[in-house]
Amino acid sequence: MTAYLITGARIVGGDQADLLIDNGEIVAIGSGLDAPADAQTIDAHGLVALPGLVDLHTHLREPGREDAETVFTGTRAAAKGGFTAVFAMANTDPVADTAGVVEQVWRLGRDAGYADVYPIGAVTVGRKGTQLAELGAMADSAARVRVFSDDGDCVWDAALMRRALEYVKAFNGVIAQHAQEPRLTQGAQMNEGALSGVLGLTGWPSVAEEAIIARDILLNAHVGSKLHVCHLSTKGSVEIVRAAKRRGLEVTAEVTPHHLLLTEELAASYNPVYKVNPPLRTKEDVEAVREGLADGTIDIVATDHAPHPVEDKDCEWSAAAFGMTGLETALSVVQQAMIDTKLLTWADVADRMSYRPAAIGQAAEHGRPLEAGAPANVVLYDPRVERTVVPDESVSLSRNTPFDGMTLPGKVVATFLRGTPTVLDGELTR
Amino acid sequence: MKHLLSAADLSRDEAQLILDTAEEMRSLADRPIKKLPALRGRTVVNLFFEDSTRTRISFEAAAKRLSADVINFSAKGSSLSKGESLKDTALTLQAMGADGVVCRHGSSGAPHLLAKSGWMTGSVVNAGDGTHEHPTQALLDAFTMRRHLGSLEGRRITIVGDVLHSRVARSNVLLLSTLGAEVTVVAPPTLVPVDMSRWPCATSYDFDAVLPKSDAVMMLRVQRERMNDAFFPSAREYTRRYGLDKNRMAQLPDEAIVLHPGPMNRGMEISAEVADSTRSVIVEQVTNGVAIRMAVLYLLLSGSNETEEQTA
Amino acid sequence: MSPAQRAEHPEISQPPKRSSREVLDASDISRALTRIAHEILERNRGADPVVLLGIPSRGVPLAQRVSARIQAVEGQSVPTGSLDVTMYRDDIGLKPPRGLEHTDIPADGIDGKVVVLVDDVLFSGRTIRAALDALGDIGRPRAVQLAVLVDRGHRELPIRADYVGKNLPTSLVERVTVHLTEFDGEDAVLIADKAPTGVKA
Ligand SMILES: [Zn+2]
Ligand SMILES: [Zn+2]
Repeated sequence: MTAYLITGARIVGGDQADLLIDNGEIVAIGSGLDAPADAQTIDAHGLVALPGLVDLHTHLREPGREDAETVFTGTRAAAKGGFTAVFAMANTDPVADTAGVVEQVWRLGRDAGYADVYPIGAVTVGRKGTQLAELGAMADSAARVRVFSDDGDCVWDAALMRRALEYVKAFNGVIAQHAQEPRLTQGAQMNEGALSGVLGLTGWPSVAEEAIIARDILLNAHVGSKLHVCHLSTKGSVEIVRAAKRRGLEVTAEVTPHHLLLTEELAASYNPVYKVNPPLRTKEDVEAVREGLADGTIDIVATDHAPHPVEDKDCEWSAAAFGMTGLETALSVVQQAMIDTKLLTWADVADRMSYRPAAIGQAAEHGRPLEAGAPANVVLYDPRVERTVVPDESVSLSRNTPFDGMTLPGKVVATFLRGTPTVLDGELTR
Repeated sequence: MKHLLSAADLSRDEAQLILDTAEEMRSLADRPIKKLPALRGRTVVNLFFEDSTRTRISFEAAAKRLSADVINFSAKGSSLSKGESLKDTALTLQAMGADGVVCRHGSSGAPHLLAKSGWMTGSVVNAGDGTHEHPTQALLDAFTMRRHLGSLEGRRITIVGDVLHSRVARSNVLLLSTLGAEVTVVAPPTLVPVDMSRWPCATSYDFDAVLPKSDAVMMLRVQRERMNDAFFPSAREYTRRYGLDKNRMAQLPDEAIVLHPGPMNRGMEISAEVADSTRSVIVEQVTNGVAIRMAVLYLLLSGSNETEEQTA
Repeated sequence: MSPAQRAEHPEISQPPKRSSREVLDASDISRALTRIAHEILERNRGADPVVLLGIPSRGVPLAQRVSARIQAVEGQSVPTGSLDVTMYRDDIGLKPPRGLEHTDIPADGIDGKVVVLVDDVLFSGRTIRAALDALGDIGRPRAVQLAVLVDRGHRELPIRADYVGKNLPTSLVERVTVHLTEFDGEDAVLIADKAPTGVKA
């Protein structure tokens, strides 16, 4: 294995230091390090060194929709975005609701080698919301599943949700809820508000998210398990989670990069690239989720990377699929929304995008502080440059980035997975 | 003007120009020879993803009176019903050399996408999209009102019914307010968007209170099936609270007129007596529809965008 | 040009600010129209068969003035209207779309009548060709005659005027402007050196 001497990097945005990586580990951090003679030196002056990012919410689409993304292409996109671990959502075809499917996804990830893939198991059989899937079997499988979610759909039946929360206590699992009251969101196309009324698009009201989050927090308080709220998007949701945490109730929550930056006004273009679930919200909501992420109410940023083939987005709004890609732009968006606005420091970003998601997902190999002896999962990021997002430059199979044409700050220069570079000089190594 | 996608696209001058042009078109259309040469050699495609014989026939008559070549492309029995995408259809229209596309679609924003996607270069006229807009209907409504009421400046116009799902209501509110009218929408609260702050109109839940202050009342079609989604308890209760019958009509000022974009649910939102009364201009709306669509097609398609040069 | 378009393009309705000379003043115009009225009566042996159709915009008040003069002489009113030729122009499709002007055909129609088209300036002849096409869609007159206030030459079609207020030899770069009180607050015919683009002459 090649050793790497990274010189002059700002460790989690702080002081400059050199980093010596060898045998898959961080050997030392400091200055004047004693590198092996054949070590490759990387000049990282001006770059920020962060622990490898962990995405708790990725749609890799395999098995079933290999025309949109595969484990291979999705983890390449992850590496390009600075991620060393991704949690793969269960809404594949077949659904990841058995040990067999989660093990298949886990193996595909291991073979691809760009990022560690942690499969998420479905909560209910076929994600149909009627019968619990074999959660224990998935937990006991080679994939060692700890996060369960019917994402794409809400576990709306309160009794079933209660049972799921209770059941996973046996193996320390967590239920990640896609909070969407289905009756309140029938045919929903965009955020419900003044704009949806003008555009004639069926509204997706905030309350449909908030009602489920409130219910689930109370259910979870009752049974004492682990609840994670996916892609929280409204001001009301932030307030509910903040109040719950203040009361000492157990809950974690995530926000997506797109909900940190974009607003519903984009829907006025009727360009389906801006169609996502939950929908883009108002400026007020964007400010609230930024504040929530800053004060720790929202624990993490997760991409909800949702690739779709061109034909599913190159059509009229109501016929288009929900979702946006996000792995390759996540860190830049977070820089623009949180760092450049002074709401977070780079140390906070390491917390929200590496330590905490790894802790929630129980990925012990990841989310470790940059220190001697830790696995060498490292990302080098240049916050000083700018780039214009060009969908065709994406290494994902899909092109549905809402940041198309936008100029974003920063660029991932290198990503190391257990000491092996997956990205060097801003490009995939293979 | 390249496209007509929303009534909001029209400035007051542009709206007036369309109405004035329609006035001329209407008188020209009364002649024995009804064809005018303005769109000779131009191709207009009626692209109807939704069945609407009335609107399609109106556009077809308008285009033909202006001597355009008309191609009807409707969903039933064509590739559109076999899953051909909007994009492929647009590329086909482009290859056919369509100068204008009149698009009716069940999805809000579909004509907008057609116009802005770069798939085709022709002009797009929105002939009704989802629950969004139907600008030529609003123009013909305004035209009809103007013929009866004169200038719409300061006129009080009341639109009653399923505002939430009505493309006619959206376009009318935008256009009538552009033309200086004071618009009030009346509906049960369930059938009004939850936030009306971006609508240039007032909202009321009390039809009887608004009636005496209305120079024109437009009744919108209300589908009985909305009842099943709990938008109102029963057709009978809807009619009692929001239907226009003889007694309510008597509360209108003397000169006030009654409009309906059709097709009517007689006995639901409008009683037969009202629909057939002398205040009703519903039949005239249909006639005016052709003149308005002639004006729109003429103004969108008759010219190039090069600058004017000297002639005489 | 509709009022709306005029409002959008104030430069069209306002007299351009450049050197121009007056070739006909109000009394010249008045005398020319009186003469035209007499010639029409002479040629057609009275007012009986005559229908006057002005071509918008300035042909319309000119037709009305000729009509008033005929009435004064004959004690009999002549059916007078307007004929918009916008949709019949051969350059439609080459220029931005224009609003329509008002067409007003007198109630008894034009079949069997002598239609006298009235316009302000005769130049290329293309407007008159369009007017002949427009007339063809309305009916079948016994004869069509043409009266113009100014004939400035440079015909591009085999068209000539039957009644001319003033023959005005011009060069192609010159611009002829007719002002009428109904539109411009004064009666005058002006010649200017250079026609700005975007203006109808
Ligand atoms: Zn989701
Ligand atoms: Zn998701």
